[in-house]
Amino acid sequence: MLISLRDLERTYPQGVARSYVLRRINVDIKEGEFVSIMGPSGAGKSTLLHILGMHDAAWSGEYFFQDQPVHKMSAKQRSELHKRHIGFVFQSYHLLDNLTVYENLEIPLSYRDVGRKERQSIVAETLDRFQIVAKKDLYPSQLSGGQQQLVGVARAVIAHPQILLADEPTGNLHSEQGKEIMELFRKLNDAGTTIVQVTHSDVNAAYGSRIIHLRDGWVVDD
Amino acid sequence: MNATALPAVIRMKDLTKVFATDEVETHALSNVSLDIARGEYVSIGGPSGCGKSTLLSILGLLDSPTGGAYELNNRPVSELPASERARVRNREIGFIFQSFNLIGDLTVFENVELPLTYRGMRPADRRQRVTDALERVGMAHRAKHLPSQLSGGQQQRVAVARAVAGEPVILLADEPTGNLDSKSGEAVMELLHELHRAGATICMVTHDPRYARHAQRNIHLFDGRIVDEPEEERQWADADLPS
Repeated sequence: MLISLRDLERTYPQGVARSYVLRRINVDIKEGEFVSIMGPSGAGKSTLLHILGMHDAAWSGEYFFQDQPVHKMSAKQRSELHKRHIGFVFQSYHLLDNLTVYENLEIPLSYRDVGRKERQSIVAETLDRFQIVAKKDLYPSQLSGGQQQLVGVARAVIAHPQILLADEPTGNLHSEQGKEIMELFRKLNDAGTTIVQVTHSDVNAAYGSRIIHLRDGWVVDD
Repeated sequence: MNATALPAVIRMKDLTKVFATDEVETHALSNVSLDIARGEYVSIGGPSGCGKSTLLSILGLLDSPTGGAYELNNRPVSELPASERARVRNREIGFIFQSFNLIGDLTVFENVELPLTYRGMRPADRRQRVTDALERVGMAHRAKHLPSQLSGGQQQRVAVARAVAGEPVILLADEPTGNLDSKSGEAVMELLHELHRAGATICMVTHDPRYARHAQRNIHLFDGRIVDEPEEERQWADADLPS
């Protein structure tokens, strides 16, 4: 099992009481799955995704990542695990505007001990694989939204993470561009990458193999 | 040649930028000449489409001019090859963007560290620079937080820390308050003001005259040219009329 959540809960203080965002979540995700998290606004979808991505540590319950207990880890260990194993795609791309496509792709590699020569070859290989070689010296502002997200996805998977997490990856795109990103997710998944995405779109969810429905912090259907 | 004796950080002479699309040539910039001295705080304003973003892209070495000369820190840069331009840009220029431009799954510390990583700076030196920069903007206590855990104003302070951490010769700010409420906007302006007092050279694009007032010198662009600014034109520009 890649991910196991056991009675995971997330609360926020609200005056003297606590308000629940996630309630007794029990979810297992196997390697190679393509999961969509759906539900109305405020259901806890993004909160769950960011906990999976180890961006958020203020929860209770148990989280096992490849059988390692994340709930017992220090912030530093969690951050290591995150950097080594998780790729994240954001709705608004999160590319750096003063770096070229090439340099944006290099970012995750600069956080691992990857030598210069090897870095160059990994970036070159990724530019090829995503067919963006011609764009390597351009800046994000010179690309369309769809192309920017393509770079965002390429950056998220460049260091071969165990799992790709995506928060509304097509939320800022036209439907045609959104479709291209989903086709790309399907290809990545076919090639073995585990994917979990938060989406409002039934069309996007149809690309996946499983849908987890959240409502008011509960898993209501899986 | 006594050019090196002059304290100008930026020297632009007769700069032009022409975009050609489908037989139509658009002159985004026409014969713009502009010097910015070390330690100056300059604002660039004008209505939408006046060329201020194009000028800022060229200033920041994100784009090259079609004609004219540009010297950054006494060095001609308009005809550098792309790789060399990227190196100069990384070392000499600190960017502050309207949308903060932080990466969501890196901590505040890592976001500030990023440009230094590109220079191959030693980890210990990097840590020191990042810590100093975060202290300057009052965000050291948030070093381990993620951008999403901060308010917009705080995110922009982190972006300012990232821009100053590399000790660039000039800070370029593109509508740095554009995504902030007026209170956080004022706080970011105050921060830029402090950096300027401590010696920073700053060039800020803003269409908001309230913020332009913070600068020592206001430059106005209209149809790709630097214009003098009689009162009636100022009102024109403020109204942001379509050109």
